[in-house]
Amino acid sequence: MSGSSPRIAMLKTVVGALILTLLPLPSWLEIIRPGFLALTVLYWSIAAPRAGGITLGWICGLLLDAFEGPVLGEHALALAFLAYIGVREHQRIRSKPIFQQALIVLPLLAVYEGVLFAIDGWSGHALTTPLRWLPTVTGALVWPAAAAILARSYRPQT
Amino acid sequence: MRWAPATSGSSSDRSAERLVAGFSTGAGRPLQGRGGSPGFRFFLYAVVSIGFMILDQRFDWLERAHYILQAASYPVELAVGSPVEAWHWVQASFATRDSLEAENERLRTRLRGLELRSMRYDALAQQNAALIGLRNSLPPVADRWLPADIVNVQLNSLRQRVLIDRGSVNAVAAGQAVLDDDGVVGQTMHVGPWSAEVILITDPEHELPVEIERTGLRTIAVGAGDSTSLGLPYLPANADVHVGDVLVTSGLGGVFPPGYPVARVTEVHKDTVQPLAHVRAAPFAHLDTDAEVMLIWFRHDSPAAPLKERNGKLTTGDRSIQPLPVPPKPQAAATTSVVTAKRTATKPAGPKANAAQKAAAPSTKPPVHAPSKQPEQPPT
Repeated sequence: MSGSSPRIAMLKTVVGALILTLLPLPSWLEIIRPGFLALTVLYWSIAAPRAGGITLGWICGLLLDAFEGPVLGEHALALAFLAYIGVREHQRIRSKPIFQQALIVLPLLAVYEGVLFAIDGWSGHALTTPLRWLPTVTGALVWPAAAAILARSYRPQT
Repeated sequence: MRWAPATSGSSSDRSAERLVAGFSTGAGRPLQGRGGSPGFRFFLYAVVSIGFMILDQRFDWLERAHYILQAASYPVELAVGSPVEAWHWVQASFATRDSLEAENERLRTRLRGLELRSMRYDALAQQNAALIGLRNSLPPVADRWLPADIVNVQLNSLRQRVLIDRGSVNAVAAGQAVLDDDGVVGQTMHVGPWSAEVILITDPEHELPVEIERTGLRTIAVGAGDSTSLGLPYLPANADVHVGDVLVTSGLGGVFPPGYPVARVTEVHKDTVQPLAHVRAAPFAHLDTDAEVMLIWFRHDSPAAPLKERNGKLTTGDRSIQPLPVPPKPQAAATTSVVTAKRTATKPAGPKANAAQKAAAPSTKPPVHAPSKQPEQPPT
């Protein structure tokens, strides 16, 4: 499965992540559902920082804002920030083995959730239950699998 | 040299190589993407996002954008939810004859009970109208209703929202009451052309003015974040509330008319050291199992209709049942008239002088409002 440009693979994986995000699930699964779009954006900003990067994060964030979120631009800002950290540190993260990467992804996702938390609070839609941090943990747990699947979606031709 | 520009490859291959900068090598090459450094690009996007948020939050300029987004996202949500829908449809079409007959029987008995109750209701309504002294009986509050299917539950896992398949083409407006056959479900928030987002009464951001049916005590029911309970956080510890009390809408707040059933109190904790009681209630509406809800339009000429306070004006209410003008004040005692005369005399002197006069003689204020009481010290 190799495209001529990572952009096509990106588009496919973003659509896939969006479907996974919107799929109706039983409520206990709903609570632990990791932020698939955040994982996808993070992966691409690390794997292909020139192709996607911050623009990809911002557009994905706007997509997410269309479906959920109290104010427009909330997820856009948070995902652009996540992509920015990913692009900045892509060489450092990329060189680590996959399980060590998961350990790095955990604080990154926590920062992402922290930005959302701050904006929620600022806009008067505060959601203070500790359950909101659960997707951060599950996101880091599924990172090895997600990265492996995403890596299969595009392989540069040699 | 995997990352050297391949001379034999096509140009698209080369650009792909350039985009995927050294994936597994960690080779250090400065990132010089188009459009400036990552930091600069992030700064630009952050400014745009924050601009969006401020516009969305402080002004209503993006209401239109929300409308369009709601329209655009609805087909996607339908498509994503369609496998689950299809599964439900298959299940329903294979439901056995027995279960259908049982359901039919149950519905028939229920209908009979409701008919009996509504018969009694008509009689009561007439009796009530006679008691209140209105010439013609009160028109029913609910004008028309429209069933709506829930197409997507829990748009966000921790917020209690559902998406219904009715929108502005069905004349649905934001802030419209949503009920099911047992009680209050919630109200519409964002409305698109074919869909609307409903905030449930159990959402932590939703606050519903209610009253306890038994005592008439008014309070506010706040969602607890799960679909089976509401909190009543503002009841004092000495409030008259018991387990089993029924909560109904109080008619305040401008969305629901009074008297619709909301919840039953399930838990009351009164701690002597706490100023407020800890009360929880279970909603009557089947918020977690409903597949269909009811949108209600209210008759605005009914005296019981909720008051919409849009633009600060009370747009509803029967003109013929307007409150009377304020009755003329009874002839006050001589001292009071002196005080009022003095106050009016000092008014043109400016706010500062007025304030100084108020500060100097604070005891002159009470007699104006309570003319029967003798002031403690007679004014000059």
